[in-house]
Formats: sequence, structure tokens, C-alpha cells
Amino acid sequence: MKRVQFEHSPIPYLFVAPQIIIILVFFIWPAAQAVYQSFLLEDAWGLSSQFVWFKNYVDTIGSSSWLQAAGFTIIFSTLVTFLSLSIALLLAVKANEVIHGASTYKTLLMWAYAIAPPVAGLMGNLMFSPLIGDLYKFMNFIGFDFDHKLDPFDAGFVVVLISVWKQVSVNFIFFLSGLQGIPKSVNEAAVMDCRSPTRRFWTITFPLLAPTTFFLMVINITYAFFETFGIIDTTTRGAPGGATNTLVFKVFQDGFRGADIGGSSAQSVVLMLMVLALTVIQFRFIERKIHY
Amino acid sequence: MSGVELKGVQKVYPNGAKAIHGVDMKISDGEMIVFVGPSGCGKSTLLRMIAGLETITEGEISIGGKSVNNVSPSERDVAMVFQNYALYPHMTVRGNMSYGLKNRGIDKATIEKKVGEAAKMLKIDSFLDRQPNQLSGGQRQRVAMGRAIVRDPKVFLFDEPLSNLDAKLRVQMRIEIKRLQRRMKVTSVYVTHDQTEAMTLADRLAVINEGRVEQMGAPMELYSNPRTLFVASFIGAPQINLVPVRHDGSSLIAGALTLSGFPDLPRDADMMLGIRPDMLKRDDAGQCEVRVDLVEQHGGENLIYGALTGATLADGEEQEICVKAGQDLLPAHGENLRFSFDPASAFVFDRATGERLL
Repeated sequence: MKRVQFEHSPIPYLFVAPQIIIILVFFIWPAAQAVYQSFLLEDAWGLSSQFVWFKNYVDTIGSSSWLQAAGFTIIFSTLVTFLSLSIALLLAVKANEVIHGASTYKTLLMWAYAIAPPVAGLMGNLMFSPLIGDLYKFMNFIGFDFDHKLDPFDAGFVVVLISVWKQVSVNFIFFLSGLQGIPKSVNEAAVMDCRSPTRRFWTITFPLLAPTTFFLMVINITYAFFETFGIIDTTTRGAPGGATNTLVFKVFQDGFRGADIGGSSAQSVVLMLMVLALTVIQFRFIERKIHY
Repeated sequence: MSGVELKGVQKVYPNGAKAIHGVDMKISDGEMIVFVGPSGCGKSTLLRMIAGLETITEGEISIGGKSVNNVSPSERDVAMVFQNYALYPHMTVRGNMSYGLKNRGIDKATIEKKVGEAAKMLKIDSFLDRQPNQLSGGQRQRVAMGRAIVRDPKVFLFDEPLSNLDAKLRVQMRIEIKRLQRRMKVTSVYVTHDQTEAMTLADRLAVINEGRVEQMGAPMELYSNPRTLFVASFIGAPQINLVPVRHDGSSLIAGALTLSGFPDLPRDADMMLGIRPDMLKRDDAGQCEVRVDLVEQHGGENLIYGALTGATLADGEEQEICVKAGQDLLPAHGENLRFSFDPASAFVFDRATGERLL
């Protein structure tokens, strides 16, 4: 009977313990709870519950309000990701070319980074307030019959605008550092090989930024899915008529406001699976085409 | 006709720093010019101004008789090889080489043909479909050259292209660059801080110091007839021996050492005597006595380092001296040897201005 025994000190476990506990308490346990709850039908007061298998899933996912939220989430995430990435890229490319007062420009462009989503939402509320909102007045002034309290399109416009504005600065920082990571001589070689700056951008700079773009795309989709909760909760709250409900916001609405624990758990499990699938797709298919 | 001409070219940076102080130069068609100088002397800046990567503050640069001051880099018809190769990492070797041609709207068949020819010439045709990160340093260097060659430029610009290679490869590539340039007969400007590279590659050499061309001419001319102290000390390896001297009316005085045979020179002025290590010949009746410190054996020749007896410097330090001798002269440490040199072949410089007096 020979067994190799290493002397183990318990201290390393002690160091990892806080992280493990945090993951267990705030992630694994609630996730397990959500999966368990999604199979239960509970009365509104939480006094009794009944095991109903997949009824919650069938009920909520088949409902028109869930499909509406799913549709909105897809459009919303696509728009937020695309717009915040492209605006940030444009700003980063331009700021990178600035020579005089470069650091001032960059600091100003990064500023919004520190703002929490609910605060951004509150600011948006003020700007789009029908009473005192400058943007509200401006939109109506230039001829839009703008009312985000009534019109689904206008409401969508407001949440997209605020979410994009909030996210641009994060993307800007990453794009700027990505641009600065491109060797100067590669840019110079390109200048000598290609006259058109636009063509140079799409053939040299953009492909070299691909790893940054891919990383940011993952970050931005996650942001649009989850973090924009704070913006929606402080601005439209899903109104009008659930037109600006994202899937995450609907989970919260149904669970906490509607007291449908089973239904909202089922939704959150579905959401979890969707994000999982999305991540797999991103890493499997898109990452392959990227040169690091 | 694709010579390059620089007229009163100056470069002043926005912060007021002056990098180039008025350079005039004529590079004729097919000539290989090497800019050589210590780091920070402005040689790369000058090259980048010809390339169009730096603006010209003052003066005019023309290529093939046409002023290019306001012509964008891609339309100057010049190709540049960068120190770190600057290959496009996301493109294959083929992509790297054809990128510039594609942007000029050249048809696919011609591009294919040109890339093929250049690749064959540089022996990189077997890895045209690889990415730069799969290549060794020497191979990348070749690709960078290939990218320049396919463009058929009027002028090749080389910005220290060999300094990232190991010593052996550097010598190999140096010879290859020289051969290529001879064969293609394209006007070339080559920047380096390595004086061996400069001597061996150049048709003509421009020694640059603090933004000025100190002297320009054939390598051997600069070696045997330097116009300034700087040129004398920069060209030649091992470095020229410099001995601070005065003239007392009849001969040169270095400490307690008297060296005769020099014509009349300004009396009591601070001067520098320059003697190349290979000018000193073993001679028991010679003017200089050397106390040997150490001997470097290079195979075919020995470099003898020691102190020049009697010539003590103002601060009490001994005057160091280097002698290039044959492999059979192998003195021991501390041994005293006498050497002679021909005063007519030595140089005398004004110490303050660096001007050659003799």
C-alpha cells in the first residue's frame, strides 16, 4: 500500500473561501432555486405550492407578452450593441488622431463611464420629461409627434438612446487602447501602400481591432440583456403596454410585481439557456474568424 | 530618371526642437546612399521626410525631378523597409506583398506575376500562404523586402532593416541587399548606425551628426580623408586613436611626448591628432612607445590595446591607444613596444571646431 501524500496546508482553502462562498450564495444557490421554483405553481401569498413539471414554461413562453419581450430584447440588444460599438469606434479613431489637447478629449469622452445605469435613466427621464425635458421639446420642435409615454417606437427610442449613451464611453476606452496597440510602423507601411484613409481603415485598422471588437461585442450584448434593467426601470418600466419590456425586466415584473414566482423562474431559466447558447455561438463561430 | 534631390531641407518639431538643420544632397539615379550617424542624429527623420511620413518644415525634396513636398506618401513612388518589418499581421505573405498593388488598381494577373517573381528572387515562394507570425525573423525581413520590390518604386528606403536580426543573418542579408540593389539598379537610401553596414553597402555615404550632413562621399574617401573630427571618429573600426596635442613651432607635443615631422600649425592651439590603428607599424626606432595592456586576437589580425608612454592626459589619465597588427605579433601584458607612423597619413583636427587642419 503505497500512497503519495503531499503535506497540505489548509491556508490556501482559506484564501479561496470568500470567493467560493460568494459564488455559492449569490450564484449557485439562487440559480438552483430558480430551476426548482420554475417547476412549482405557487399561490399569490406563497402559502402553498404544487409541482407542475413544465407547465410554467409552456404558459409563459407561449404567451404573447413573452414573445413581445423576446422580440424587443433582440431588436434592442442588436441596436444597442451595434450603435454603441460603431459610435465608440468612430470617436476612438477620431480622438486617436487628435494631437493638441488629446488627453482632455479622451477624458471628456470617457467621463460617462462612471455613471450607473439607473442614474443614466434618471437623467434621461429629465431630458425626456414632457414638462421640462429639452430633448422632448426638441423632438417635437423638429416635427416628430414625439411621446414616449404613448408611442412604443418613441419609448424604444428613449431606452436605446440612453443605453447607447451610457455604453459608448466603455467601448471608447477599449477601442482607443486597441488602436494604440497597433504598431506605428504598420500604420506607416499602410500609409505608403494605400492612399485612401477609408480603405486603409477597413483593410488594416479594422481587422487588427477585431479581437477588441469581439470582446466588446460579448460585453455589450450582456450589457444590453442585463444591465440595462436599471435604465428601463427608471424610465419606461416596460410601458407603453409592455412594448419596452426586455426579458430581464419581464422576469422582474412578473416575479416581484406580479407575484408569479414559478412563471418568472421559468423565464429566467430560459434566459439563462439563451445566454449560454449565445456565448457558445460567439466563441465557436465568430472567434474563429479573428486574428489575434 | 529617378534621382532624389534635397534642397535646404529643414525639420523643426512643433515644440521647437530642430531635428534637421538644412540638408542639401543630390542622389543620382540607381545610386545607393547610406545615412549613418549616432542615434538621435536625425538620419531616420531625414529618411522619413523623403518617404513622406514626416512633414518638411523648410526646403524642398524632389524625386525624379519633381517636387514631392505636397505629394502623399503613397504617390511618391517610394517603398520603405521598416526596422521591425511592419508586416500586416492579419494577411498572408501573399496578401502583404500584393496589398500595395491592389490599392493601385493593378489587375490580378499582373499582381500574381509580380508577387511570384519577387518571391522567387527572395526565396520566399514556398511560404506565400503563411501568416507573418509563422515566419522567422529573417523570413519576415525578406517578406518586407518583397513588399517593397513588387511595387517597382523609383526609390527604396531602408530604415535600419537589419538591426533586428542576429549577427550571422545580418551579414548574409547585407550581402543580399547589395546584390539585389545592384541587379535592380533602383535608387536607394539606407539608414543605419552600424558603420560596417554603412561602409560595405554604400556607393556614397552621408555621415550625419546633430541634424547636419558632416561629410558625404565614397566610403573609402571618408575613411582616408575625413573632413571633421566627428567623421574620423565615426568611420572605421576599431576607432581611430585620438591624441590631444599642441604645436610648439617645430613639432607636436602630447604631454612629455614630442612628435616631429609635421608642417607648421597654429601655435598653442588645442588640437587632436588622429592615427588609425592600422597606420601604426612595428618599428624599434618608432616615435611612439606603447605599454601593452591586452591583445584581442581576431584570427587574421591582432588588436593591441595599451597606453601611449609619455602622453599623459590633462587629468592624469593615460592616453589609450589601439594598434592593428598581424596575427604573429602577440606581446605579453606589460610589455613595451615601439611603433612608427607616417605623419603625412595622420590627421590633425582643431579640437574646438572639429575642423580638419592637416
